[in-house]
Amino acid sequence: MADRRFQVARLPGFATIAVLVFLALYLPILTLVGFAFNAENSISVWGGFSLKWFAAAWKNQAVQDAALRSLTIATLSALIATSVATLAALGTTRRPAFRGRGFIYVMINQPLMVPEIVTAVALLILFGIVKQATGYQGLGYLVAAHSAFCIPFAYLPIRARLAGMDASLEIAAADLYASPIATFRRVTLPLLAPGIMAGAMLAFVISLDDVVITEFVKSGGQDTLPTYMLGQMRRAITPEVNAISTLLLALTVALLTAFFLLTRQKD
Amino acid sequence: MTPAATGQAEAARRRASARNGWLLSAPALLILTLFACGPLLIVLVYSFLTPGQYGNVVGEFSPDGWIGVLYSRDIFDDTLVLADAHLTIFWRSVKLSLMTTLITFALGFPTAWFIATRPPKARAMWLFLITIPFWTNLLIRTFAINEVIRNDGIINSLLIWAGLIDQPLRMIYTDGAVLAGMAYVYLPLMVLPLFAAIDRFDMRLLEASYDLYASRWACLRRVILPIVRPGIVAGSILVFVPSLGAYVTPRVLGGGKNMMIGNFIELQFTQGRNWPLGAALSILLLVVVALALILYVRAAEGGESEGRHG
Repeated sequence: MADRRFQVARLPGFATIAVLVFLALYLPILTLVGFAFNAENSISVWGGFSLKWFAAAWKNQAVQDAALRSLTIATLSALIATSVATLAALGTTRRPAFRGRGFIYVMINQPLMVPEIVTAVALLILFGIVKQATGYQGLGYLVAAHSAFCIPFAYLPIRARLAGMDASLEIAAADLYASPIATFRRVTLPLLAPGIMAGAMLAFVISLDDVVITEFVKSGGQDTLPTYMLGQMRRAITPEVNAISTLLLALTVALLTAFFLLTRQKD
Repeated sequence: MTPAATGQAEAARRRASARNGWLLSAPALLILTLFACGPLLIVLVYSFLTPGQYGNVVGEFSPDGWIGVLYSRDIFDDTLVLADAHLTIFWRSVKLSLMTTLITFALGFPTAWFIATRPPKARAMWLFLITIPFWTNLLIRTFAINEVIRNDGIINSLLIWAGLIDQPLRMIYTDGAVLAGMAYVYLPLMVLPLFAAIDRFDMRLLEASYDLYASRWACLRRVILPIVRPGIVAGSILVFVPSLGAYVTPRVLGGGKNMMIGNFIELQFTQGRNWPLGAALSILLLVVVALALILYVRAAEGGESEGRHG
């Protein structure tokens, strides 16, 4: 209370509200994580520390299958989305504006604007037709759907990195008689790599977290971790769901921290 | 080389560059056309077909999908009556989305202001703290709220343990629960654009207005809010649009009775077995969202040109 000077930027009550908001944001998540370590069969009454729910989740065949499926889909979709997003970023950045570039932007960002439930319904109908025509029931549908909605998330960090990149190194390489392919492979790609990694991580996280589209597109027995959890919520829940949430949360936070480190390197 | 020849070479280079731009973007555009944009056209077509007996559709034209958005057919005399249940769901969706936007603004503005006025190091930390929930799984965050307010949840257990109540308070599966959940999960979407706007705000303007004897309230209303308006508009859109299409939060916190339009759409594709109605509702939702986005672009452009002239 030493400094009682009038501070222009201070608005009364704002700091209190802000601190309460942060508490309200974190307390529910922290209790969710806390009760994953509960020794009792309860999500609200503490009965001592235990790792038994993690062990239970680990041994649960349905959880194992869902986790493996989630990781497979996220890996494939992130790979596909990042590859095509990298090409699209190269095609739309650092060249003079051309007719249709605005259209390409809108197309790429379209999954960010259309409500997920509408895309989910649209894919349910489309894949229903394809399933009937081909008889194929595999994970391909989920990979295709995830690849599409992950594209903008992969594209944005790659484009940001590319837009901030100086073209002089590539011009220098070309001056030294490097072929366009050699220039791309030895100069552009290494410089762009952090952006590509960041885009891939974001795409991976987005795919891993998806509920709505997956819920509508999956065939029977194709639960991912989030849709498995959604299904569990109808029943009397045990801390096993908390344990799965905690693991998923830990994976997400780890990837995001890596993402921030990668994108910060620039400056 | 003559100027005309260089001009021609330049034009050829531009054409080649544009062609490469399209070629490089083609794979992404193909995937998006097949699995994001194209399917929306099928939804439009399905909204004009006849429902099949066991779901799906039969290939006969029928406007019933669209009529069913507002009306239902009387089972006995086949007349059309206004479907109150549908109107209730639309009204709930709009009401809860608007209230979510208002609540997140009321809480998000002070929070964004607080973050923007911290010293640089602390600011990065607070900003990171608001970004983590933004990127973490929406289902897990909704689930955290579920565990707090359910009958055997934290709040009720604490109150019973403290001896304040004997029967759990019923908080979950109410409109209030959905509202609290949506405000909780979408708050970061409001704070981030508000922060971006406040961060660019020149605090010397406040000094000037205080010097001119403006009260705090006058400063807030007449100086700060008009200048950060683009951030307010962006945040409101970012919260309102996903709220309107929300599916997970009302399902987990609202249960079967407090449906929003997203759950109502799903119902048509499951027990409802009325795919054309579900398709019509989806297109309707899409149009409303598109209108909101167009308004946003208008407002953002208006705000920019105002700033330029003012």
